[in-house]
Amino acid sequence: MRAPVSAAVAISVGLIVLVGYFFPLEAYNLPAVRSLLIEWGVILAGVATLVAILNLLGVHWRKLSASQNPDYNSLLVLLAFLVTFVAGLWLGAAHPQYQKVVTMIQAPIEASLMGLAAVVLLFACIRLVSHRKGWMGVVFLVSAVIFLALGSGLLPSQGDSLLADVTAFIERLPVAGSRGLLIGIALGSLTAGLRILMGADRPYSG
Amino acid sequence: MIAFESLAGFLLVLLCALLMLVFTIARRRMRSPSRRTPARVQVGLRPIAAMNELQRAMGLAVEEGARLHVSLGKSSLVAPTAGSALVGLSALERVAQMSSISDRPPISTSGDGALALLSQDALQASYRLAHAPELYDPDRARLTGVTPLSYVAGTLPVIHDEHISANILVGNFGPEAVLMVDAGDQRSAFTLAAADSIPAQAALYAAAKSPLIGEEVYAVSAYLQAGASHFASLRAQDVLRWLIILGLIAGAALKLLGINGL
Repeated sequence: MRAPVSAAVAISVGLIVLVGYFFPLEAYNLPAVRSLLIEWGVILAGVATLVAILNLLGVHWRKLSASQNPDYNSLLVLLAFLVTFVAGLWLGAAHPQYQKVVTMIQAPIEASLMGLAAVVLLFACIRLVSHRKGWMGVVFLVSAVIFLALGSGLLPSQGDSLLADVTAFIERLPVAGSRGLLIGIALGSLTAGLRILMGADRPYSG
Repeated sequence: MIAFESLAGFLLVLLCALLMLVFTIARRRMRSPSRRTPARVQVGLRPIAAMNELQRAMGLAVEEGARLHVSLGKSSLVAPTAGSALVGLSALERVAQMSSISDRPPISTSGDGALALLSQDALQASYRLAHAPELYDPDRARLTGVTPLSYVAGTLPVIHDEHISANILVGNFGPEAVLMVDAGDQRSAFTLAAADSIPAQAALYAAAKSPLIGEEVYAVSAYLQAGASHFASLRAQDVLRWLIILGLIAGAALKLLGINGL
């Protein structure tokens, strides 16, 4: 049996949190125990992020100091991390100047990446029909165009006219569709969680 | 006093657990040597084109000595979206086992610290099970960024520079994941894209040649033959889905009849 102690801890903690969610039995102090366990989980996740960042820095250090084809982009990553980390420790993460500098660097880069993603999506839509030979590609494209037109406000969706009624009906279709998808996703999440609770899946066995 | 919603929710979870248990036992009995059934019956999964292509891409990667890349998304393990990340971890474990004879072991990227550590753990466990613990290298399971876009930006060099022939994106992604798909296309690599968020599914449907839609993301590990419990999960989902459909129809019929008090 793989990691019986870890499995026992994971299953018992999971069961306490699950039962505490459905039945907040004050007499057994279950809500408090459940909150405490979740807080511990959040703290552990924070520590794990620090460990993972150290691992990432190690990866970049090894890429930089490789004897063959050293990656000099890794030097930028290491320097940027060092400056941000030291400044954050020195000034405090909530310092307005620190926040301003980080945001002024991060926001434009992320905005340009999102712009790039929009262009990639546009080209993907153009190539969609050749990718998907069936009717689903065509339906997807036609739907995208219709909902772009509806989202732009060109067609009335409020009022007493027949066009407004039809528009309102069409606008409701994606909501119904996404609810159907969400039910499937919720069931998938439920079974994935239950596999951990039943000890069938153990991503923590080491 | 226990609320009706809590009781109904708990009963649904209990029913799901029971169904999974029953289907797991049935699956194991079917696969036991004394009750061998034909392979066609044992498989029992409807064909998904993307999963067939993934199996083929994995075989080609092993033959060509290329690397597989599993990206696990950016979900925190204490968030409601952790389910897809857990499926990604199971997929990573199976991919590592199946490609343990490859010259280049698979690489994993993630956008959450705890997920990155668990991916290291999954790789280590899979190599131990494959009797090749020397293949384990913690540098092959990396955190590439802690915000959605920094995660994608950190993953792009991995797709470009690490001799990747197949990318498996399984987990919680945003629409920005199209950049990873595009990077894979530029390297002529196969990309399986499976996200649990609806905006990402829409974007990936347009961008990826092999997307998975809806709850198919939760079926990846079952199609990679991760175990009887994964197969049982799919069967339990099917039963529950039919129950929900019947419930919705009954609810609509009752409303049409003017009965709203339930």
